[in-house]
Amino acid sequence: MPEKKIRVLIAKPGLDGHDRGAKVIARALRDAGMEVIYTGLRQTPEMIASAAVQEDVDVIGLSILSGAHNTLCPQLLTLLREKGMDDVVVLLGGIIPEADVAALKTAGIAEIFLPGTSTQDIVDFIHKRVTH
Amino acid sequence: MSEPSKGSTSTVVPSETKPVRRKPSAREIAWEEKTLNPTLAKSPEREASFSTISAYPIRRLYTPADLPDWDAQRDLGYPGEPPYTRGIHATMHRGRLWTMRQFAGFGTAEDTNQRFRYLLSQGQTGLSTAFDLPTLMGYDSDHPLSEGEVGKCGVAISSLADMEVLFDQIPLADVTTSMTINSPAAVIWAMYLAVAEKQGADWKKISGTLQNDILKEYIAQKEYIYPPEPSMRLVIDTFEFGVKNTPKFNTISISGYHIREAGSTAIQELAFTLRDGMEYVEWGMRRGLDVDEFVPQLSFFFNAHSDFFEEIAKYRAARRIWHKAMVERYKSKNPRAWALRFHTQTAGCSLTAQQPYNNVVRTALQGLAAVLGGTQSLHTNSLDEAWALPTEFAATIALRTQQIIAHETGVTNTVDPLGGSYLVETLTNEVEGGAWDYINKIDAIGGMVAAIERGYPQREIAEASYRYQVSVDKKEKIIVGVNDFVTKEKPLEILQIDETVAHRQADRLRTLRAERSGDEVNRRLAALRKATQGKDNLMPYIYNAVKSYATLGEICDAMRDTFGTYEEVAIT
Repeated sequence: MPEKKIRVLIAKPGLDGHDRGAKVIARALRDAGMEVIYTGLRQTPEMIASAAVQEDVDVIGLSILSGAHNTLCPQLLTLLREKGMDDVVVLLGGIIPEADVAALKTAGIAEIFLPGTSTQDIVDFIHKRVTH
Repeated sequence: MSEPSKGSTSTVVPSETKPVRRKPSAREIAWEEKTLNPTLAKSPEREASFSTISAYPIRRLYTPADLPDWDAQRDLGYPGEPPYTRGIHATMHRGRLWTMRQFAGFGTAEDTNQRFRYLLSQGQTGLSTAFDLPTLMGYDSDHPLSEGEVGKCGVAISSLADMEVLFDQIPLADVTTSMTINSPAAVIWAMYLAVAEKQGADWKKISGTLQNDILKEYIAQKEYIYPPEPSMRLVIDTFEFGVKNTPKFNTISISGYHIREAGSTAIQELAFTLRDGMEYVEWGMRRGLDVDEFVPQLSFFFNAHSDFFEEIAKYRAARRIWHKAMVERYKSKNPRAWALRFHTQTAGCSLTAQQPYNNVVRTALQGLAAVLGGTQSLHTNSLDEAWALPTEFAATIALRTQQIIAHETGVTNTVDPLGGSYLVETLTNEVEGGAWDYINKIDAIGGMVAAIERGYPQREIAEASYRYQVSVDKKEKIIVGVNDFVTKEKPLEILQIDETVAHRQADRLRTLRAERSGDEVNRRLAALRKATQGKDNLMPYIYNAVKSYATLGEICDAMRDTFGTYEEVAIT
């Protein structure tokens, strides 16, 4: 029996259209054997939470380069809790000032990947956190 | 939703890797045998092959053998004359330095007005406005989707009232202003023209640049509102309005910058940008505009990335392609339409969050490439921009970097100092050839709008971007401080923009809506909405709506009602 694939939702919340990072990560995770669903641009936290439930994902990878992370991340985390998705691992990448990192992690973001992170580090992190 | 992966990266052979037809001399062959081969036998080179940051192959040595058919009179020519390889002015930076134009915008209109006046006081010679994401997407600051985004990536502008504050005490008759706005460009431009009118500045004399390049939004930056067809109508409306009313204003800045930032190669940046330019020319001609009249108001905007010679070759090739296209494809008779004028910005995507002071060095080298490539204006990035919008401290160093290039290095003493270099001339030829291959492919698809609808440029860029990431992950390409030479540093002090900006904007909008004449606003919005259903130029209707203090969101909504909105098929 083949091992069940890790399911990842890559999401672009907010108005930001810079999708280079999201697309690179989506492809790298897929090349690493994961099942990747990309939401496309301009998703509200509600849309992302619903997609996460529908697709029954293990991981959500958020990409935010616009500075709206302090607003959008807590909203999404609250919605996920309301939908009983507490166990989903929520990752964040993009332009995130170091001063914001601690509060985001306290709010429930599992890890924050800053510019310059190698895709292998993200793959390794997911494998460590998600085991079927 | 996602499409399946397009297979292994190695299956993609970019057209730019065609072998060069070299004709080495007897002397060169003798050198290889006598001097080179023994050296290689003793100490092999560091790598099996060398390539640019775009993975374009670079030879060990360039000699006349690389330029067998090159004709200095025809291919290089003289500055200020076709094919403009050496620059569009006879004296280039000896006559006039490039415009030092630092992109700025954050918080409210007051905050950015203050930064503008600071930059002008420090010797900056033109303004360049960054708008926040709600403004770029045609939403007012108090729209639900604007939550968390107000004033973050640029300045929040929701109405003419904000625009009046933004340019308070800045004489628009004297200062040239660039505005980085695309989908709602016609609306923001109407606001700017209204401020100019209020200041008593003559529209016939004011100068500046509207980015207004919707095609690269679909290709790369993704800040679009409407589908391509009505978006192109709006662009051509601004061209037509500009020819009649603001002959010195650049009604568009056809941009490769964002295409490159999205991960394209240098050749893709060049090809897609120039083909976008041709698309605008063709749509303008279909409207019945005269190329010799409207094309002189079209300007370009390129990236200055880190690979020094590849970038210089790109700018030189751009001028040659545009000249050829204007003369041969569009039968232009006006030399002002042949000369490609461009702004440059150093590569934001090359900035590292790690060891951020190294970014000053990167930016200086990239700015130098832009100057050697003959740019007309330049923005140099600030060292802290991998973290946030720049602080005043960082923005000042960025401006000083340009001033050092201009006044200390001596590179401005002569025109096109690299002209005649075997490497630079060969690369210019090859980059130009690679770009024409792409342009021909897009022609075969049926033009750029058709290519975008099929996802062709988007897919090419995604491939290039992934290939680059793989090469960085494998350390085939080194980024200092990121995948090599890594050290720990303490965090920078960065610019923080708090939520009070959003509250101040919401208050201001509430006051505006209460004080303006609601009836007048509704009448003018209704007139605009009706015009969107016909064929009239929309600029006068938008201008009238702006003057009644209808908000950006209301005006964009009036057009959304007819045009609808665009959603892309995401390619991963």
